[in-house]
Amino acid sequence: MRVTYYPGCSLEGTARDYADSIHGVCKTMGIELQEVPDWNCCGATAAHSIDHWASVDLPGRNLELAEQVGNPDMLVPCPLCFNRLKSAVHEIEKGSQGFRTRLSRAAPKIWDLANFFATDNMLEKIATSVKNPLSELKVVSYYGCMASRPPKVTGEPNYENPQSIDRIVQALGATGMDWAYKTECCGASLMVSRPEVGVRMVAKILDMAKRVGAQAIVVSCQMCQLNLDMYQERIEAETGKAFGLPVVYFTELIGIAAGLPGASDTMSRHFVDPVPTLRKYLG
Amino acid sequence: MEQTDLTPDFSFLERAEAAGPFNAAECFQCRKCTNGCPASFEMDLFPDQIIRLAVLGQRNEILQSKTIWVCASCETCSTRCPNGVRIAELMDYFKELALRAGVTPALPKVAGFHQAFLENIRFTGRVFEGALLPVWWLKTGQIGERLKTGELRNDLKQALGLFGKNRMSLAPGKIKGRSEVKAIVRSSR
Repeated sequence: MRVTYYPGCSLEGTARDYADSIHGVCKTMGIELQEVPDWNCCGATAAHSIDHWASVDLPGRNLELAEQVGNPDMLVPCPLCFNRLKSAVHEIEKGSQGFRTRLSRAAPKIWDLANFFATDNMLEKIATSVKNPLSELKVVSYYGCMASRPPKVTGEPNYENPQSIDRIVQALGATGMDWAYKTECCGASLMVSRPEVGVRMVAKILDMAKRVGAQAIVVSCQMCQLNLDMYQERIEAETGKAFGLPVVYFTELIGIAAGLPGASDTMSRHFVDPVPTLRKYLG
Repeated sequence: MEQTDLTPDFSFLERAEAAGPFNAAECFQCRKCTNGCPASFEMDLFPDQIIRLAVLGQRNEILQSKTIWVCASCETCSTRCPNGVRIAELMDYFKELALRAGVTPALPKVAGFHQAFLENIRFTGRVFEGALLPVWWLKTGQIGERLKTGELRNDLKQALGLFGKNRMSLAPGKIKGRSEVKAIVRSSR
């Protein structure tokens, strides 16, 4: 199966580990990723905050390029990129004037990566690939904001209680704990520009994950991953609480459960070491 | 309660709605937006107050507020509003309006971060994370301050950590279509 792939900037930088894990899993599942040629940044929060035109035309350029690739589906691992691409389509289809972007009917379906892996067909493939079931592993699925909200743009039916990562985790044999912070905001770039605000927002999420008994947090968003993982030591120091919660991508868990060669390679690229928690599942 | 003079200026919202629409006039003050806001603890005006001030055309109170810059665009408010008010999108409209009108942002570091980010894209077509923070520090004149507070030490420690984990690229990946990207982001400077 061949699909179009829009990685987004951070998967070339701070989320290279996510990119590697995605490539590994897709290869084993027979999914050929065809990258959008010469793609550009989607503009992220910066563009939609202070430059409305660019917030549509930056993802718009990518959509035009994606149309030319010609596959019916486009996978987008970064939920913010996903959101901006969908927002651009929404704005153009609304008939808003003045944008540079021209879309044809050949546009591929834009998929949030976790939602793509949680379709019935893919879940079946995932379940049959499991060699080391993640039994006895208790996790919480953390989705963040952008794959879900606003539902008019994302098309997500379960926007207050998304299910995709939970379904995947279940197919891998792990237990997804029930919790209320699935779509609570991690503060995104506020962690950089106003750390005192970001720290408070993430601390609340880590605290709740710990309280419901999770041993790890499973994510699909590399921005959330960075905020929950890299800053965890600092948040522990500032709040005086010990969390010790590894923050892993759902694709990493698929790789480990499926016993893929190299699945454990990304473990050393986390800040909170997942190995003590996942040791017994690592081949 | 102290009484203040307030002259409503209804043309302010009309102009905003022409750029939206944001449906702000539909607000019946249920405050669901404010109650669900994960960043309200840091705001000087709550989201529902911003909407009310917008209806009354209190431009300066809004554009000079911390609130518009504290908003993390998580979209919880817009998603939950029973009247379809696009609160988060209206916050974006006010951020852009504040910068274009030359209003000094109440949180210059947050505004400066967005500006540094867009400049970064203009240069390469994609975000080069290695330059993003240094450009932002320079742009917002905070190197001395970060040195004093120890933030710079944190920053460098994290950069080294990311580099050591092969999660940091050293050179920007320039795309062929950078002139197109430059033309798109032109307006934000």
